[in-house]
Formats: sequence, structure tokens, C-alpha cells
Amino acid sequence: MKDTPAPTLTPDGRKIGGVLMEMKNITLRFGGVEAIKDISFDIREGEIRAIIGPNGAGKSSMLNVISGFYHPQEGEVWFRGAKRPSMKPYQVARLGIARTFQNIALFDGMSVLDNIMTGRLTHMKSGLFGQALWWGGAQREEVENREKVERVIDFLEIQHIRKTPVGRLPYGLKKRVELARALAAEPKLLLLDEPMAGMNVEEKEDMSRFILDVNDEFGTTIALIEHDMGVVMDLSDRVVVMDYGKKIGDGTPTEVRSNKAVIDAYLGVAHD
Amino acid sequence: MHVTLGKPRESRTNAIRGTEEPAREDKPLANQTDAGDGLHSIPALLARNARKWGAEPAYREKEFGIWQSWTWIETAEEVRALALGFLALGMAKGDYVAIIGRNRPALYWSMVAAQSVGAIPVPLYQDAVAEEMAYVLDHCGARFVVAEDQEQVDKVIEVQDSVHCIEHILYLDPRGLRKYDHTRLHTLKDVEAEGRAAHERFEAELEARIAAITYDDTCVMLYTSGTTGKPKGVVLSNRNIIETSKNSAEFDHLRHSDEVLAYLPMAWVGDFIFSIGQAYWTGFCTNCPESADTMMTDLREIGPSYYFAPPRIFETQLTNVMIRMEDAGRIKKWLFDTFMAHARKVGPAILDGKPVGGWDRFKYALGDLFVYGPLKNTLGFTRVRVGYTAGEAIGPEIFDFYRSLGINLKQLYGQTEASVFITQQPDGEVRSDTVGVPSPGVELRIAENGEVFYRSPGTFVEYYKNAESTASTKDAEGWVATGDAGFIEPESGHLRIIDRAKDVGKMADGRLFAPKYVENKLKFYPNILEAVVFGADREMCTAFINIDLTAVGNWAERNNLAYSSYQELAGHPKVLATVQAHVEAVNKSVAEDEMLSGCQIHRFLILHKELDADDGELTRTRKVRRRIIEEKFADLIEALYGGKDQVYTETEVTYEDGRKGKIKATLDIRDTAIVAPGGQRMAAE
Repeated sequence: MKDTPAPTLTPDGRKIGGVLMEMKNITLRFGGVEAIKDISFDIREGEIRAIIGPNGAGKSSMLNVISGFYHPQEGEVWFRGAKRPSMKPYQVARLGIARTFQNIALFDGMSVLDNIMTGRLTHMKSGLFGQALWWGGAQREEVENREKVERVIDFLEIQHIRKTPVGRLPYGLKKRVELARALAAEPKLLLLDEPMAGMNVEEKEDMSRFILDVNDEFGTTIALIEHDMGVVMDLSDRVVVMDYGKKIGDGTPTEVRSNKAVIDAYLGVAHD
Repeated sequence: MHVTLGKPRESRTNAIRGTEEPAREDKPLANQTDAGDGLHSIPALLARNARKWGAEPAYREKEFGIWQSWTWIETAEEVRALALGFLALGMAKGDYVAIIGRNRPALYWSMVAAQSVGAIPVPLYQDAVAEEMAYVLDHCGARFVVAEDQEQVDKVIEVQDSVHCIEHILYLDPRGLRKYDHTRLHTLKDVEAEGRAAHERFEAELEARIAAITYDDTCVMLYTSGTTGKPKGVVLSNRNIIETSKNSAEFDHLRHSDEVLAYLPMAWVGDFIFSIGQAYWTGFCTNCPESADTMMTDLREIGPSYYFAPPRIFETQLTNVMIRMEDAGRIKKWLFDTFMAHARKVGPAILDGKPVGGWDRFKYALGDLFVYGPLKNTLGFTRVRVGYTAGEAIGPEIFDFYRSLGINLKQLYGQTEASVFITQQPDGEVRSDTVGVPSPGVELRIAENGEVFYRSPGTFVEYYKNAESTASTKDAEGWVATGDAGFIEPESGHLRIIDRAKDVGKMADGRLFAPKYVENKLKFYPNILEAVVFGADREMCTAFINIDLTAVGNWAERNNLAYSSYQELAGHPKVLATVQAHVEAVNKSVAEDEMLSGCQIHRFLILHKELDADDGELTRTRKVRRRIIEEKFADLIEALYGGKDQVYTETEVTYEDGRKGKIKATLDIRDTAIVAPGGQRMAAE
């Protein structure tokens, strides 16, 4: 592990620790298209890290690289001080990385509770047989996991829809259920892909509060992609700005806001 | 944590102990020997319950999806720990302790713990905006605030600059509050732990404080919502609360095995009587829902045997049932319609124990099996033995619907100043148009102008720091003016309420004007949520209407009517036509009453916004504030009387977070058909 920055305190009193994840010179290609070009940045423990950029900048691809869904052709992903080999997404999940999706990926026919329970799957050890008979260890395990899930339900204030099938919920609540499922996994690193897309102001405020509370209450490191600049600037400690697959800015919201390249990317200048 | 604060306070409490303790110590010991009469405070009742029903549940709360329960012994222990903690924080006798939050056991315990140390709990409406809270906190001079969560703590911190009396803020739910400055902020858990740790130091003090509470000490102070002016602090003594609880519990044969669901605002006198007064007197169990949104599910899971709800809740539940029946299959719908028709015919009679034929009884039993039973189960009313509604008039159809199902729903009439009960309906004498006979211990008197006066053991002590209002409400002999006009039916002895006495007036030509009488008739239609009728000193009556978004929205959906907002739906011509039909039907019914035939509505409009407590148009208990509405919508009233067909208006609205905005609208005004008034004019009195 290279030079670890000393833990610092944010103005509001949260502790930001050492580097949790580091992306080194990542390049991702789909055939001839370079979605990500030689990008490096790090995510430090306990921080809220945003990745922003115009449409098609490669933000979601970046998140998919972190979550192990895409394998970059070049570059290395370092997690907790060790180089992460090429992994399947479920293996990544076991490392303690959970995510939500841009276009909600829940089980529509299942209840909110069952959906969130699926977030606990990586923590379950009992076999198919034991679970089917719901006997002994399997039963104990389910009770333990249910308790964890109930705490998440309480935290996100969705008690009233506990038994409601997800398919019947409005969009804003589905987003919250998805966050609940990710939280139920008790992740070290939480990846949020546009958590506020398509929400109204009130829903955005609620979601922002939940994100801040998650970070504050559980100390979860959060990496998020978001379009709403106001939200990003308010929520995050540091921001990576991407455009056409390249990193054009990296720093605190204030630094990024005054960055010439970033302003150009958002206001639009002719690309050569 | 409280070392620096504890020191000086300690000397203060010692001073109290030093001077007053010896004199008071003998009395309570004597009292404890006779269990019947020594019970003159809530903490004393708690001690008795812990002895008598120690292992039985006193509180339940649903948390993490499971009903957690506390027995009377556990409750007594929690309250004791809190009280010791309060002492450690320096809470003195006579301090005011504001309690803000939804119904949760820990907040009820805080109230009783405050009483134990001789302080006075002041529950506040948790949905009040900071500004309203500031007035009450300042008026009572609260030194301590017990808040439920971050939302409430934020409001208290916001008003702290203008309200200087607040010394400590205690909170229940630590979420989001970790980063706050904790010099004057404490979690209830820490306070409890502090109390337990310091029990040797404060045990004797606590015993002495509990023993020193007299029957005429203040039990609680409740702020009335106030349809006019600023809220007033109603001081209720232990005598008021305990006598009233005792009488009313006997009246309805409440038992310690009863269950209630505590879901109505803690600041409302009813909740205090049901969840503390009667609960501690009879020893029944108080159940707290998981959150405001889960109330209906929790109601069903608990199946309370003693239930209270304002008419609005019964209306909403009925509307929901009807909406769902619209979607039911043909057979189910037929079953429902057939058996409900039968229930309407014989249900109330069976409930009242009147003679009903064998065949009808059989058919009713069959209906109970197929329809009533399952429906009651869905509504959570399977075990309701005593149900009450009050606060507003309830529509006869709604009232009869529940009674015909076999639910013993009754009406009562009361107010904060009376510790709730003035009149109530005895079993077997229940009607939708009266409010019953005087409650045990209550004397009634009707003044010449029709205003109802009462005198009872529950009559309040005074309005806090407001001798003037106290004097104008309560006379030297203890008679209290209710402010309502009514009369006692000679044949049954039941009280009937017509309207607020000061709202009853005359029209320009001298005919009687009773707005609420008409408004209630309008509100009985599911489509109409709220109505405000004008006409005092005018030539004719006019009205503002608020539509019910659930009912009308559902109707719109069924009829393929597109709408995107409340405002748009409210302005739709078809909605206007429907409401017009309702208004005309009401006119017909009003015309039948000779005295009030002048109150027929000539013109009306549908308001572009829902009347809201946040905008000051309703009280927190959702009563219409006429004066404020008249002022605020003066332009609309002018238009109603001006003969125009349309009016443009701009209205300021307050959002839930306290920010303000404006909505603009052009409203249609409709003329309605009037049933020929029989030329009947009220003779001058």
C-alpha cells in the first residue's frame, strides 16, 4: 500500500480514514469504443464520494467496474490495501460492496420485506435443505437476519409497506427499498447509481437525508453517481468529474465548481 | 455528563428537602395504608398497578416489526429511573416539562416521571410548526423539553433564541443527532442510566416528592387548540383527572383486561384521559403503533376493546371500504349489498337488545359469518366493546353503518376544560343526533340564550396565567360555559348541540343562522371534506367547499377524468356539478326545519386549496377557524355576494417545513336551487 493519507475530520465532525479503494489507470473498452480512458482516483474510508459528468461520460461504467460487473482491459482495482483480482459480482458483494441500480432492479412480485431479505443472502450459511425445512441453524439464522433487516426498515422509515409487494409501490419508495436492500448487506462500501433520478424535490430531500444518515450512523463509505448538481455539491466530500471517459476534475465540491474543464463540460464547448 | 449542572442544583433540592420534608412525610405514609383513598396522583396509581397487576402488560409498542411489551412492574421501574434522572438533572417541583412527539411509551413515562418529581407535563402537538411551539413553550416557561426525534429537537433549537426558559432538551430517538452540541442535549437513555446510577443519592428525595403530591396539585397542563386567538393553557388537577377517569370507567364498565390503541395526539385531552387517566385507574394496556402510517395495520393486529376516534377516521375507513367494494367481484358485491341492507334494518336493534324476530336474527347471524365478521376483522373492530366518537357531528349514515355491524359505537360530548366528559351515551340509548346524558357527576344547565353550562369534578382549575379568560369562562360557583348552543330533549333527557354559541347569529332579515348545522349536513357527503358557510347579517347564505381528494379522486379515475392536482380536480366542471347536487339536496333538507330554513345555500364555490392547520385555517384538532378564513378569503366572500360568475385569487400557503408560497386560481361560482322558504320568519326573541 502506498502513502496512506492521515485520517482527517470534516467540518461537521465525521472522520475520514485511509484509502478504502483505489482505481489505478483504469481503461475499459467495448469493442472499439473506449468508455473509460486511463482513470485513477481513490475512495477514502467514511467519505461520500461522487462521480459526476454529462450523459455518456462513463459514470455507470465506472461504477460497474467497481462492483465487478465489468472487467477493465487495463488498470488495477485495489481494495483495502490489496490488488483485487478479476472477480464475479457475487464475490465482490462478499467483500462488502453493495449497490443500487439506476433503473430499479427489485423483485416486483415479492414483498418489500422479502426483497430486503435477499440483501442478507451473502451472510447466510445454511444450505438449501436446511432452509427448505426451516430447522435448526437455518431458523436461527433467519431470525438473526430478520432482525438486521427490521433495523434497516426502521432506519429508512418504510414500516408501513413491509408486507406490500414491490410492484405496487410508487417510484420514490422503490428507490428507498433498493437502498434498504443494499444496506441490509451491511456493506463497507455502498455504490449508488443515480439514487435521485426522477424524484421530486421532497423525495430528493428525503433521500439526501437518508444518505447522510447512513454515512453518519453506520460509517458506511458511499460512492454515488448523480445528475443533480445541487445534491452532489451538498452531499459529497469529494467529487470526480468525468467527460467522454476521461477524468477532467477531482477534488472538493468547491474546487470542482471552479475548475475550467468542468465548467466547459457542463456548459458545453466544441469538442475536437 | 451532568456533573457541572448537577452540583448547584443539588443544593437547591436539598433546601427543599430540608424545609418541607418532615411535615409531609407522615401524611403519605398514612395514605398508603388505605389503598382506596391514597390514590391521588398518577404515580400513586402506577405504584398500585405494579403491586396489583405487576406481571400484566401496561404498554405495548410495535418496533422492528414485533410488539414489544412492558408489564406494570417494568413500567414502574422505567418511570422510576427516568424520575431519578430528572432529579439528577435538577428538575424542581413546579417546573414545566414540555413533551413533544407521537404516542410512544417512553414519552408517556416521561410525563409520569415528571409528575413523580412534582413537575407538570405539558404535551404539545407534534405537527405544530416551530412558531406555534415557541408561543406555548414561552407561555408555560418550560425548563425541560422531552422531544421524540431530530425533527422535534430541530424545532426546539430553532425557537431557543426567542424562548429563553429552556434549559435541557431530552430526546428519545438519537438518529441524526449525534453531531449536535450536547451541552444541553441528552438522550432519554442516558438520563435513565444517570438516574439508576445516582439512585442512592436521590431515592429518598424521589419518595418524598411522590408522597408530597396532593389531590389538588396540577396533574397536567394542556393547551386548547383555540378556534379563536392564542392557545390557552388549561390546568387540570389530579382530582380532575382521577375523578373523571374513575367515573367514566365505571360508566362504561372498563376492565383492566381492556386494550386501547394510543394514536391520537398526546397534546389532546382525550388521549391523556384514555391513555393515562383511565389506563392507570383501571390498569388496562396502552398500545402504541409503529408509526403514523401503520396505524390501520396495527389497529387490526391489536384489536382494541376500547376505541376512540374522531368522526373523520370513521368516515375515511368507510370510504375506503366502499372504494374497495367497487372493485370486488359480482358475487362478493351482491353478498355485501344484501347483508348490509339487512344489517341496516335490524343491526342497531340487535345491538341495543331490542326484540327482533327469529328469522331476522338468523339472517343477521348468517351475515355475521359472511360479511360483518370478516369486515370488522379487516377494520380492526372485532373486539371493540366500547367505541366512542366525538369532536364533531358524525353523519347518521356513517354512524349507523358501524352500529349495524354490531360495533358499540357511541357519542360523547366534552372539552378540555371538563377533562373530556360532559355528556355521553349510555349503552342502549344511542342515536346519531344527540350526544347523550350528563356523565356521572356532571350537572348541566342551559342558559337563556341556549348556551350549555356544566359543573363537574372534572372542571378545570384555571387557564394558566390568564385570570381574565378563567373568569369569563368559569363563574364563582364553578359553572363553566361551553360556548356551544344546545337544548335538552324533554322526552329522552339527552343533550342536542346545535352550534357554537357565538357562531349562531341572525341573518339580515332576522332569521336564525347556524352555520355548523348546515356544514355538518354537507360534510356527511363523502365527496365533501370541509365546508364553511357564511350568512351572519347577510341577505343570504353562501358556502366554501373543500372536496375530499380520496373520494373525488377515485370517482374521477373511474370516470376517466384526467387531473394533475388538487386544484385542477376541484375546478373541474363535473365535480362542480356533483357538489352542486349535494348542496341542493342539503338545501332541501334544511328547508324542512322551520327554524333554520333561512340557512339554505344560495351560492357556493369550491376552494382551490385544502383548508390546513399549517395555514391557520383549521385548529390542530381540525376545527374550522371562521374568523381567519373570513379575513384570508375576504375577496372570495365578496365575490360570492357580488354576483360574479368567476373570481381570480391568490393565496399564501405554508409548506410543512415552514416555508411560504403562493397559489393562484380562477374559481367558478355556482348558483344553486333554493327550496321555497315557507315565508317562515323567526319571531324576535
